[in-house]
Amino acid sequence: MILAVTPTPTWYLLLAAVLFTIGGVGVLVRRNPLVMFMCIELMLNAANLSFVAYAKALNDISGQVTVFFTLVVAAAEVAVGLAIIIAIFRRKPGATADDVNMLKG
Amino acid sequence: METVVFIVAAVMVIGGALGVVLRPNPVHCALSLVLTLFGIAVLFIAQDANFLAAVQVIVYAGAIVVLFLFVIMLLGVDKVENLEIDELRGQRPLAAALGVAALGLIVITVFAAGGRRITGQHSVSGTLSGGEPDINVLAHSLFSDYVFAFELTSLLLVIAVVATVLLARRPRPRRRPTEDVAERDEVRQ
Repeated sequence: MILAVTPTPTWYLLLAAVLFTIGGVGVLVRRNPLVMFMCIELMLNAANLSFVAYAKALNDISGQVTVFFTLVVAAAEVAVGLAIIIAIFRRKPGATADDVNMLKG
Repeated sequence: METVVFIVAAVMVIGGALGVVLRPNPVHCALSLVLTLFGIAVLFIAQDANFLAAVQVIVYAGAIVVLFLFVIMLLGVDKVENLEIDELRGQRPLAAALGVAALGLIVITVFAAGGRRITGQHSVSGTLSGGEPDINVLAHSLFSDYVFAFELTSLLLVIAVVATVLLARRPRPRRRPTEDVAERDEVRQ
């Protein structure tokens, strides 16, 4: 069962769209802050996949350069975000995303 | 052959993503994320982005997910989340509806563009079809056209390290100066 069609860039873009949607719905539905963070990483990976698909389709390395920078920024963001989560959990052990309303009032 | 690779990698990616969203145990979610990241790396290789695939595995799967697991274990949040409770009423159906709408929007955009993907002048020096390995072209482009952004990201990394250390530090217990002196005298005698 060898399919004769080769994957076009559109296939990769559609896969990235589905991955992005799953990540987006995950951020909206889950309440554990770490799992929400992981769903954000899913969305970032979907964007990276789109960029690489376009780099291949347009024959331009700029897409891959963008993915490079996105990876760096994502790593920095995860470090800082997890530090914030640690700081929050020190005050309120067992906090979920609904409990973090300290700016209120 | 490429189709088989694409289908296998797509199954890994989507399966991992569904695992992240649907599993109640956060450690299982982290492991599903690793599956997704490996699927993405395979798709990168299928599109001739070999360097990025390696960096993806090293940085994302090898460092970021490990950091997630550290924090999960440090904070003890690996207790299973109760997925039955819906905090905001109607949140899940609304999220599902929004997800389907967003997916429909993106799919329509991808197909409406058709073959018209050209936006602006193509790069002359940064072409992938020149026969050079992708890492050479990437390095050329990174250190000539994008060197300013490169330096800024190194600055960003330094700032992120400082911020992380500062935020995750244990708060030092404050002592009043008078108590300090009294304690010191006690210890001396």
